[in-house]
Amino acid sequence: MSRIELTDVVVDFPIYDGRSRSLRHRILGLGGGRIGASAGHNVVVHALRSISLSLADGDRLGLVGRNGAGKSTLLRVMAGIYEPIAGRIAVTGRLGSLTNVTMGMDMESSGYENIVVRGLMMGMSRRETLSHLTDIESFTELGDHLNLPLRTYSAGMLLRLGFAVSTSLEPEILIIDEMIAAGDRSFADKAAKRLDRLTSAAHILVVASHAPETLKRLCNKLALLRDGQLVEVGPVTEILQRYEAEG
Amino acid sequence: MSDASEESRMRHDLRLAWLDLLMAARRRHLIAHLAWLDVRQRYRRSVLGPIWLTVSVAFQIGAMGLVYGELFHQDVSSYLPRLAFGLTMWGLISTMVADGCMCFIAAESFLKQEALPKSMFPARVVMRSLMVFAHNLVVLLAVIVIFLPLPGWGALLALPGLALIAINGMWIGLVVGLLCTRFRDLPPIVGSFMQVAFFLTPVIWVPEALHGKWWWLVSLNPFASFLSIVTDPLLNVPTPVSRWLFAVAVTLVGWTLAMLLFGRFRARITYWL
Repeated sequence: MSRIELTDVVVDFPIYDGRSRSLRHRILGLGGGRIGASAGHNVVVHALRSISLSLADGDRLGLVGRNGAGKSTLLRVMAGIYEPIAGRIAVTGRLGSLTNVTMGMDMESSGYENIVVRGLMMGMSRRETLSHLTDIESFTELGDHLNLPLRTYSAGMLLRLGFAVSTSLEPEILIIDEMIAAGDRSFADKAAKRLDRLTSAAHILVVASHAPETLKRLCNKLALLRDGQLVEVGPVTEILQRYEAEG
Repeated sequence: MSDASEESRMRHDLRLAWLDLLMAARRRHLIAHLAWLDVRQRYRRSVLGPIWLTVSVAFQIGAMGLVYGELFHQDVSSYLPRLAFGLTMWGLISTMVADGCMCFIAAESFLKQEALPKSMFPARVVMRSLMVFAHNLVVLLAVIVIFLPLPGWGALLALPGLALIAINGMWIGLVVGLLCTRFRDLPPIVGSFMQVAFFLTPVIWVPEALHGKWWWLVSLNPFASFLSIVTDPLLNVPTPVSRWLFAVAVTLVGWTLAMLLFGRFRARITYWL
């Protein structure tokens, strides 16, 4: 059984300019107020303000909200990338995220080498990764290109490879940031099918998206975010209407 | 905040820091692989590949050995081995410190995309530095064969010394990596510090040349102790016990400091990137 439990989660991003990033200014600033009033004050962006949310098996949650409302930050908090500065989060279940599928790829290494590194990064052992190899090979349709360094790949080929590896495991909790707009037509169809398999196997799904069709297809409830606050959680059509009314 | 909750918070932070180290240890294959990729990056598209690293060190030692040997009125056959061991060990120490500064900054794309243990990245720097250092072994072996009597079993004492240096590289990476991520003007400062430390440490000069003056430059210099515990066994001279004690003390103090700092600010690293 999988769970995600957020209680009063707060995330603030400090915005550092050249001054506050500098140790010199920091030390001079301690000496007295003459150096400039701004020296000690950091600008802070309130990315998430006191979010409480609880998800269990069967929940398919879609996150909606304008750009900068905190959707991606919330996903990253759930994925454990940002630890909240206040409040607590508890996650039970093997978690996988499809946010940036080409993350951490090494352009000088071959496709095969990158598959292994990516697999290790996702927590698989070398052997486990290799057991998924035929599946990945056939899905990417990259053939002999997999022996070449990634710098010879086109953007579409990179995406195929990244997508194939990232989706080779079936996580219990699946986190998706914006549906991946995938290369050519035939690949887009294949990718959609593979994604469907993953989303239906997951115990909990959390998706951030702007596309109403995607949300209607994948989710059974939506959460509306505004300025880092959770405005409302409810049925898909209802929240969508409210979101669209907001404009 | 009251003292009690302050203390329990610190305990909590320390536990998470310790957990982070354990998780990193579990991912040692990934760390080794990333370190190896870093090393291979240096070979890429160069014809000489790994040999290049080795040859450049050999040239450096040869040239400096002749010039400085003459300058310091040293007999080449006794000066050159010291210089060879000293320079390569200093190379290891200074890359661990300099690259340690960048360990989290360079890993931004990883840390912002996946929940990975933070201490993986200083460990990657230590491992990479050791791999690059290993390229010097051929040169060091050649120096031993040409200039020194065949080493006995005592030379193996260099290995625990090397291990202690690596253990220290890890805490240094945690500390400077964290500070440099927060204060971006620190890496050049650390660079200058290491430059000065190089000249104050008996790497290109020999302690005897001081004739007893400034004795503290050697005996109170942690770098001198760390050099001594590796190079003395190789040169077949006994390592003073005080050097080992000093090195171990630095290790303990350093790790305590690193755990407190890492515990307190570990979670902030992704925010600072």
